[in-house]
Amino acid sequence: MSTRLNNLVDVTDDIAREHGLTDDEYKMIVDHLGRTPNMTELGVFSVMWSEHCSYKSSRKWLKKLPTEGPQVIQGPGENAGVIDIGDGDTAIFKMESHNHPSFIEPYQGAATGVGGIMRDVFTMGARPVANLNALRFGEPSHPKTRHLVAGVVSGIGGYGNCIGVPTVGGEVNFDASYNGNILVNAMCVGTARADKIFYAAATGVGSPVVYVGAKTGRDGIHGATMASAEFDDASQEKRPTVQVGDPFTEKLLLEACQELMASDAIIGIQDMGAAGLTSSSVEMADKGGVGIFIDLDKVPCRETAMSGYEMLLSESQERMLMVLKPGREAEAEKIFHRWGLDFAVIGELTDSHRMVVHHQGEEIADMPLGPLADGAPEYDRPHVATPKRPAFDSNQAAHPAIVDSLKSLMGNSEIASRRWIWEQYDSMVMGDTLVGPGGDAALVRVHGTQKALAMSTDVTPRYCFADPIEGGKQAVAEAYRNISATGATPLAITNCLNFGNPERPEIMGQFVGCLDGMGQACLALDFPVVSGNVSLYNETNGTGILPTPAIGGVGVIADYNKAIGNGFSEAGAHVFVIGGSHGALGCSLYQRHILQDDTIVAPPAVDLQAERAHGEFVRAAIAAGSVSAAHDVSDGGLLVALSEMTMRHGIGLTSPQQGDAAYWFGEDQGRYIVQVSAAQVDGFTAAAQAAGVDVNEIGKTGGDELTIDATLTISIAELTRINQDWFPDLMSGKTA
Amino acid sequence: MQAAVIVFPGSNCDRDVAVCLEAATGTAPLMAWHGDAALPDCDLIVLPGGFSYGDYLRCGSMAANSPIMREVVAQAHKGAAVLGICNGFQILTECGLLPGVLMQNTGLNFVCRDTRLKVSNAQNAFTHLYQQDEEIIIPVAHNEGNYFADEATLAGLQEHQQIAFTYGAGDNPNGACLDIAGITDRSGKILGMMPHPERRAEAALGGEDGKRLFTGIVESLA
Repeated sequence: MSTRLNNLVDVTDDIAREHGLTDDEYKMIVDHLGRTPNMTELGVFSVMWSEHCSYKSSRKWLKKLPTEGPQVIQGPGENAGVIDIGDGDTAIFKMESHNHPSFIEPYQGAATGVGGIMRDVFTMGARPVANLNALRFGEPSHPKTRHLVAGVVSGIGGYGNCIGVPTVGGEVNFDASYNGNILVNAMCVGTARADKIFYAAATGVGSPVVYVGAKTGRDGIHGATMASAEFDDASQEKRPTVQVGDPFTEKLLLEACQELMASDAIIGIQDMGAAGLTSSSVEMADKGGVGIFIDLDKVPCRETAMSGYEMLLSESQERMLMVLKPGREAEAEKIFHRWGLDFAVIGELTDSHRMVVHHQGEEIADMPLGPLADGAPEYDRPHVATPKRPAFDSNQAAHPAIVDSLKSLMGNSEIASRRWIWEQYDSMVMGDTLVGPGGDAALVRVHGTQKALAMSTDVTPRYCFADPIEGGKQAVAEAYRNISATGATPLAITNCLNFGNPERPEIMGQFVGCLDGMGQACLALDFPVVSGNVSLYNETNGTGILPTPAIGGVGVIADYNKAIGNGFSEAGAHVFVIGGSHGALGCSLYQRHILQDDTIVAPPAVDLQAERAHGEFVRAAIAAGSVSAAHDVSDGGLLVALSEMTMRHGIGLTSPQQGDAAYWFGEDQGRYIVQVSAAQVDGFTAAAQAAGVDVNEIGKTGGDELTIDATLTISIAELTRINQDWFPDLMSGKTA
Repeated sequence: MQAAVIVFPGSNCDRDVAVCLEAATGTAPLMAWHGDAALPDCDLIVLPGGFSYGDYLRCGSMAANSPIMREVVAQAHKGAAVLGICNGFQILTECGLLPGVLMQNTGLNFVCRDTRLKVSNAQNAFTHLYQQDEEIIIPVAHNEGNYFADEATLAGLQEHQQIAFTYGAGDNPNGACLDIAGITDRSGKILGMMPHPERRAEAALGGEDGKRLFTGIVESLA
């Protein structure tokens, strides 16, 4: 007889508190069970009721987001969202945070973030075809920043490159508010045939519950609980709760799952992510309205003498739980063994609506499923709205020469080329990347078809901080704009909502405001939310991050040959600005970095009606062939956007336009710059007039310089040098 | 002309190269599993890019000792054409079909970008559709592409025109000796290269410079 491993200590109120449960929550658990939980049950309840798994602070507000539309096949609530992209094809996608682990152990934290989001997508039957990310680091000069950037980038690349899914886009910001709490948000997009989508719900009493993938170890125990707590100086001690990734095993798991999914042997399938075996079995059984029995003696382990508590809470990576049709075990086992993976029948579905767990031949847990899955209290946390800020008055400011401001911005941390990062990502594997990093949106062909997916990640945290509602709108609008600029139709979004401690009313107010703005934009732009993730408690020693609701947008273009790029591609073409330029310098990079003014003022307003009209006009003009290059105007304003368009292919621009700093660097929303060939100008302007869209010709392409009459002349070579040098200089220690 | 692509656990460019081979030959290549002891009947054996066996020991070393590779080596010695791309090149050096080793990039980071390549030998079975010294653009994507061999081996490669591709001046992404991007055996029928021709064999993907490598070998073996 082996040494007993389970339930050796009686649960007390103190132990419940150590598990992150409030006294009220603990009392609810006792009521649900009708008795005091044992240690195993307490562990299971504590992770299922953690903020990370239960969304207890955010659920009330998430429910208000628009999640429906004719394009939506599956909205939030599954492993990932599913949209219809025509011809029986679907896109399946989600974005998720891995912030806390990445701060503690940047390589493994980021790597397992990528691995986890890919499993969420391929567990639904999709083959992942693109990875994107949204990263936030502290100030460039902060002593930890370089170490964190290097580790995170290397971890993202290390995982995605090995598994062979291209990393095609992303965004990066630097801000002091992330000094002690970086953000690593990973997005994965996959494709599947509409009749080959797999869901989590497990049905059929007596059906076998099957464990596949890697073995279980002690890594990541209570990771979900760690992700639900604030950081302090002792957080580095939590390194053992960071999981270790193995992209090679995930590649095998992906191929084995795809092979089995080609048959009809699977009833339900769920990845073992946060809270591992616990959350996957609870969710599958609860969604299917059945009960589940698990015998932990059958679970493949890579460490000895693991207790049931440890096995149930382990977040070891690259594992899946499946429910198979009875009698199909042998066929499935053969596939997984061929790929060198573990395969074990560890239990079966029951009709009890309970989760019953055996280990070492004895029952170590018996809990009702309903309270585990949905019983966590829903909190309506107190929230105070962020006060409205005054408009920015730039008249008092001492403005440098336009050319000096431009040079400074092109070499600024927020605008400098991210080439140093994306050259470490394999952006081309799978042979369908039409536009990789550096485009407005990435374009990836749907394999074997004429269609392409357009994808972009966006949010401007400094806007969200100054005005959560406008900032929330802007994040969705910018994703919409980036996708529209390629010619693709925006279809739906995923989100990753990163905020501080929701128990502070002003933070909760930021959350409520951002979701209000996002919801308005989703409705106005017909751009619903189909999946997402919430990451709260992003604070260190009581200082919160900027509110960062990252948006991952997905669109489709029916014929990729009609898609266009974001750089000037021919000399002698006419260049137009779509949308009005009113000099919105509030919260602009110009205010922050050129005027060195950190006053919190109103960010640019987002006119959602204009946003939609401009997007529809641009897409129609691209489809008609009258616009041959397009770029959205965002950080840094018009002159930065124009500079970016010249650098792309080394084709310059000459403009007779007169303007002050507010004109050139204002960040008014809803704008695009487009290139129109000479022969297309009449048709383009007539169409703009018919559509009632404000277009202004700003200059003509050609040469190897950017020339604004009487204001500045700068060579593309110099712009490029300034723009390219910043990141390598930072990482080699030359600057900052 | 029948091609076979060897699929190792962790290969991830197997489908990409299969697409190019099918376009060049008109027939889908056979996909051969690493654990098989026998090779299908074929004229060209392709070792694709990826991370065979996770590249956990040393890039390509475990794949070089897999059951199928014994058969690949035997066929190669009998004169079969073999193409190894990226991880496939690493496997070819590990199993001794090509000399030298591929070390970690001197920049210590993975690098994925277009590179300018010079066709240093346009006479072999793979490269004959290119012009001698023609400059083409083909992307690389690797962490261990830094070709190294001792002086005598490098001199031998030069003497026997075994250097097929070199990186363009100033465009060496990994620190490789003599800017070597790809080499052949003395017969010119075994080619190993770090750049990925299959990623630039179609206008929609940015260019067709890689296509002639596939049509070239198909013509040679026809």
